[in-house]
Amino acid sequence: MPDANSLYGPLDPAPDAGWVDAPPRMGFFTDTSVCIGCKACEVACKEWNDVPDSGFDLLGMSYDNTGALTANSWRHVAFIEQPRPAGHRTPPFAGDPTGPATSPASAAVGAVTAPDTGTNPGLPPGQPEAAARMAAGPEFLGMPGTAPPGRGTGVESRTDFRWLMMSDVCKHCTHAACLDVCPTGSLFRTEFGTVVVQEDICNGCGYCISACPYGVIDQRKGDGRAWKCTLCYDRIGAGMTPACAQACPTESIQYGPLDELRERAATRVAALHERGVPEARLYGHDPTDGVGGDGAFFLLLDEPEVYGLPPDPVVTTRDLPKMWKRAGLAALAMAAAAVAAFAGGSS
Amino acid sequence: MGFKTFIQGWPVYRQLTGTDPLGRGAAAQSARSAELAPRTETADGMARSVCPYCAVGCGQRVFHSDGKVTQIEGDPDSPISRGRLCPKGSASKSLVTSPLRQTKVRYRRPYATEWEDLDLDVALDMIADRILAARAETWEDVDDEGRPLNRTLGISSLGGATLDNEENYLIKKLFTAMGALQIENQARI
Amino acid sequence: MAEAHPVGFQWVMEAKKRGAKVFHVDPRFTRTSALADTYLPIRAGTDIALLGGVVRYILENELDFREYVLAYTNAANIVSEQFVDTEDLDGLFSGYNPDTGSYDHASWQYEGQEDNAKIRGTGKERDSASGLEHESHGEPVPAQAPRDETLQHPRCVYQILKRHFSRYTPEMVARVCGIPEEKFLELARAWTENSGRERTGALVYSVGWTQHSVGVQYIRTGSIIQTLLGNMGRPGGGILALRGHASIQGSTDIPTLFNLLPGYLPMPHHADHPTFDEWVDSIRHPGQKGFWGNSRAFAASLLKAYWGDAATPENDFCYGYMPRMTGDHGTYQQVLNMIDGRVKGYFLLGQNPAVGSAHGRAQRLGMANLDWLVVRDLFMIESATFWKNSPEVATGEIVPEECRTEVFFLPAASHVEKEGTFTQTQRLLQWREKAVDPPGDARSELWFFYHLGRVLREKLAASTERRDRALLDLAWDYPTHGPHAEPSAEAVLKEINGYEVATGRPLNAFGEARDDGSTAIGCWIYSGVYADGVNQAARRRSRHEQDWVAAEWGWAWPANRRTLYNRASADPDGRPWSERKKYVWWDADAGEWTGYDVPDFEKTKPPSYRPPEGASGPAALAGDDPFVMQGDGKAWLYAPSGVLDGPLPTHYEPAESPMRNPLYGQQANPTRKIYEHPINRMNPSPPEPHSQVFPYVFTVSRLTEHHTAGGMSRTVSRLAELQPEMFVEVSPELAGEVGLAHLGWAHLISGRAVIEARVLVTDRLTPLRVDGRIIHQVWLPYHFGTEGLVTGDSANDLFGITLDPNVLIQESKVGTCDIRPGRRPTGPPLLDLVGDYQRRAAMTADRKVPMVTTDAAGGDDAAGSTDEQSPAAHQDGEPHA
Repeated sequence: MPDANSLYGPLDPAPDAGWVDAPPRMGFFTDTSVCIGCKACEVACKEWNDVPDSGFDLLGMSYDNTGALTANSWRHVAFIEQPRPAGHRTPPFAGDPTGPATSPASAAVGAVTAPDTGTNPGLPPGQPEAAARMAAGPEFLGMPGTAPPGRGTGVESRTDFRWLMMSDVCKHCTHAACLDVCPTGSLFRTEFGTVVVQEDICNGCGYCISACPYGVIDQRKGDGRAWKCTLCYDRIGAGMTPACAQACPTESIQYGPLDELRERAATRVAALHERGVPEARLYGHDPTDGVGGDGAFFLLLDEPEVYGLPPDPVVTTRDLPKMWKRAGLAALAMAAAAVAAFAGGSS
Repeated sequence: MGFKTFIQGWPVYRQLTGTDPLGRGAAAQSARSAELAPRTETADGMARSVCPYCAVGCGQRVFHSDGKVTQIEGDPDSPISRGRLCPKGSASKSLVTSPLRQTKVRYRRPYATEWEDLDLDVALDMIADRILAARAETWEDVDDEGRPLNRTLGISSLGGATLDNEENYLIKKLFTAMGALQIENQARI
Repeated sequence: MAEAHPVGFQWVMEAKKRGAKVFHVDPRFTRTSALADTYLPIRAGTDIALLGGVVRYILENELDFREYVLAYTNAANIVSEQFVDTEDLDGLFSGYNPDTGSYDHASWQYEGQEDNAKIRGTGKERDSASGLEHESHGEPVPAQAPRDETLQHPRCVYQILKRHFSRYTPEMVARVCGIPEEKFLELARAWTENSGRERTGALVYSVGWTQHSVGVQYIRTGSIIQTLLGNMGRPGGGILALRGHASIQGSTDIPTLFNLLPGYLPMPHHADHPTFDEWVDSIRHPGQKGFWGNSRAFAASLLKAYWGDAATPENDFCYGYMPRMTGDHGTYQQVLNMIDGRVKGYFLLGQNPAVGSAHGRAQRLGMANLDWLVVRDLFMIESATFWKNSPEVATGEIVPEECRTEVFFLPAASHVEKEGTFTQTQRLLQWREKAVDPPGDARSELWFFYHLGRVLREKLAASTERRDRALLDLAWDYPTHGPHAEPSAEAVLKEINGYEVATGRPLNAFGEARDDGSTAIGCWIYSGVYADGVNQAARRRSRHEQDWVAAEWGWAWPANRRTLYNRASADPDGRPWSERKKYVWWDADAGEWTGYDVPDFEKTKPPSYRPPEGASGPAALAGDDPFVMQGDGKAWLYAPSGVLDGPLPTHYEPAESPMRNPLYGQQANPTRKIYEHPINRMNPSPPEPHSQVFPYVFTVSRLTEHHTAGGMSRTVSRLAELQPEMFVEVSPELAGEVGLAHLGWAHLISGRAVIEARVLVTDRLTPLRVDGRIIHQVWLPYHFGTEGLVTGDSANDLFGITLDPNVLIQESKVGTCDIRPGRRPTGPPLLDLVGDYQRRAAMTADRKVPMVTTDAAGGDDAAGSTDEQSPAAHQDGEPHA
């Protein structure tokens, strides 16, 4: 265990944030290998947390019309169509009179259909090339040309196909830069080790937005405040399951003590490897990674980039402690002055 | 509020004197956060219900306060659904509280270009009159050979798969008694 | 299943976790395919060829569960010499009558029973969807038939089945369905290897199977496979229909359907059922085996529930009040009658035919020609606003100032604003508690119909008209409560359950039904839902507090049985087929059937029981006759009657197909219901010319994020934002051929309509190689319309009206169309475009669709036609509607 109040490396964040006798750290394990892309998580989250709509736009990113995690979408199901084999399955289109795959081209078109989500920065327009690369996976053979889909040349007929689905969410990092930079104390670490924006405190300064290494936290236009997944702080405080995990039909989203979830995830990966799914891997589970491990981690079936996740996130406040000392002193001086003023005023 | 209480509730004081010197956790918790309770716990009541969409029959718990539905979620006791719901089932609260729901009778006169309002009792009475008129006009007592028909083919009805068994029972009973044979529902569609 | 029933799909995932293999057959790669072990793309409308291939695979390799098949099915029964198979008549069975488009079933009977008085022409049955009655009740077959237990007799069912499917080889499956041989064999192997004594396999289907002109035969083929493999009545087996509305099962059991009464009693027919006795005998078939033998008591008790004190044994329980069918009174016939001005008033109760039914334009034009329309719904749906906001207003076909239909929109109460029961897809009744009052004028249907009945009766109180007696004598005195006088749903449920008239005591089971007027039962199969005076449907003992069968959660009809025909889970001697698959068995010491479920058998009838000579009804069922509702206690591999379009399933092309039938000269189902009406022009299919005008196959279905016609999802922002626009899915190959761009626009044209949609070019669609040709298929969601938060053209507008002859369900899962890039025209030019296609395809208003496309129909004595007529003459004959 590193020093208390560390901003880097493995630690148990709730005691580190001053919670005495904190309950076990709670989190999500999202197993994308059983996700059916139904989006119940998106809806259940919005119902419970009263999150507004994020626009009525057809994005053309497969069945994803949400686009990304924003202030108005705290769960986001990504859909990736890929001309790749899916583990042990018989190739879906073996023997059919197919031509080359279109999924990279479709993904490229979809990537530039960013809608106005009513949030800021909301959904930045994607990069067509990157989207195409992600859709094709490691076998990507170059950006499809401008010819209509189906008229490409030089690529063999598609036989393999897989449709990846993944419900993304705030990672509730062990070292949460959003929290560390929040000047108002709105973002705080709960006793469950989760990271929550307190809507009664947030003043909409927006520092947290650029601090997040995953691009999760976002500002709601018109409201100005920052919003994101709270891991249903109110529900878990009462011993309930967060709304998304409660709804999830196939237990793709699992909620529980992080230690238990990590064990379960390791077992699941091993089982998948045994069943001939070598591409199964965990993401965000490692306490030694750049954010000290995530409170919400994932089992993926491809590289993180394919799902729009940063491959190697690092807490943006890694070097903050040095700077903090000076800021802390200044704050202390101001606080002392304020207390004196108050005491003086009431006497 | 005394000074002591006030100062203890003040984040910076808590930060400086408590276990959270960097003010990122316990010291930063706001009063609202500290008092948060799920609205399911404070609800006036909970009705055990069933999802209104498809026919899987997932259990729902419907929480309500002050005569309003405040939350609908899966019933973990259900052996069918084990507390889970799909996106539609999960949207049930929005369905029943949707601002687009119609709550007033609307009436369109023949050849009119707009709706107008109508009192519910008046509407019921007008519909009853129209049923009787349609029956009188199209009633068939017997067929060519004098065998009973007892019916009207001037009235049709469609729907029922979204309704309760008790409702379908009354619909079928009443329509049969008035000789209205042409009843159909989604089971044929 | 993951797509339309995600929460049900958790059990598939559970099975998968335990090593089950999941196969998914679908024209397009869906969210279910994504999680399946093997996905088989198929040409829409060819499932009988695929399943027939599996039947052949089982029989050729003798992979059937022989002990089960011999003991529990009609495999050994010997069929009449007069029977001629489709193999010998080029796609027709013996007994076809081209004049009526129906079969005489005499030649289909078992040997020696050709003259059975019940067997006759079936034209009437076809009109009245009588196939649906047999959802639960037995067909007229005698209890005993000649059998050959060695299965070697050339006319035994087993051998007939083998010959019938002998050409459904893997090569033929590939040729018809576009499924490569290896993939087909993978499916056939997995299915057969996972069935038998130790293992069972389940088959799950939805309206992708039923909404075809051969819908019933799709299910029949599935049943044949599951019966041959011993998968019926056993845990982990069965054929599971995943139905699409919260209580669509309930609305069939307590039918808001024209041809049925509660509990699958038939609505009387004017010619067949002039008297109570004739009506009852047509149900119970005196002399037959099985529980329908008691139907006189069920029928009398229903009429007693309807007419109360007025119903007496002396007046046949007011049977004389019952309205009578004379033919087809189904929803599509009604709509055409509306267009022709024959219907005055129309009620829409939580249904939106302007979007949800086939041929939306016909639906809307029908509604525009009524005197009055009552719409009861939660939201303002397209069927309520057709007069101001429909595609026909844009084209000028409906002019609001000239449309006379008077429309009443009455807001309805939602599922949380009333109490009552839904019957879900597995026959489970679950009671819903009421949470809050409905807002404003919103009321339950229970309120509306109770008070409508009350007002009607008040208005008629002084009437002396004979026709009003049925209303005035109706038992219509339900207790009410609250400020709006809401009727008591529990009181209605008690009536449905049934009670002893003298005491009001709720009945505990349908066995207590009497035919002397001493019991009243609203729906006999639901008898027991109020057993012991307790609302059994409201039971909610947690799954954690009971076993996996969960018998104390809700209540299943009949008699709270969770698996039907579960006597078949034990061998003929009453022992479980295997320890692993034990479910219900005979306890010799206790002298009764026992197990995890309520046995679907008389509790104390031992396996060794043999009926005495001349027995009928339940007493005629032997101790090893598990299929207790069948007239012979057996599962039917071959249906000597009851299925109007053939004793065995046969592959016919969809009514609209770009292909000639590779198997037979007979192109499409020769008994399908065709409605020849100027508005209902069907796209030509081979052997007719011009089918190439509509070269592409389209199919429609649901998205997870929406519900049916969209009335409960396009109106809810949480759902609308997830699938915000109408789209069409095309393969990259088709996109290349037609010139469609991802996210661009396309419009689709059929002989009825043009609709537009955004294009999703996706690898999830694939062209298929079928009979040497490349066939392209496109897929559309059918959820969109003109109202709600998100709008779009309605896919169902593309369909014409062609129905399955057994149950009158429409073929709305496959059709042909053309697809072109860009948006559709608007206003009158849109009609010109449809007109142009009709002209090019020679779809004149008076064109007759050829029903018979083989010469085998006429002139061949073996066909047994009573009225021979050449196919050519038939083509010029009268319309069949």
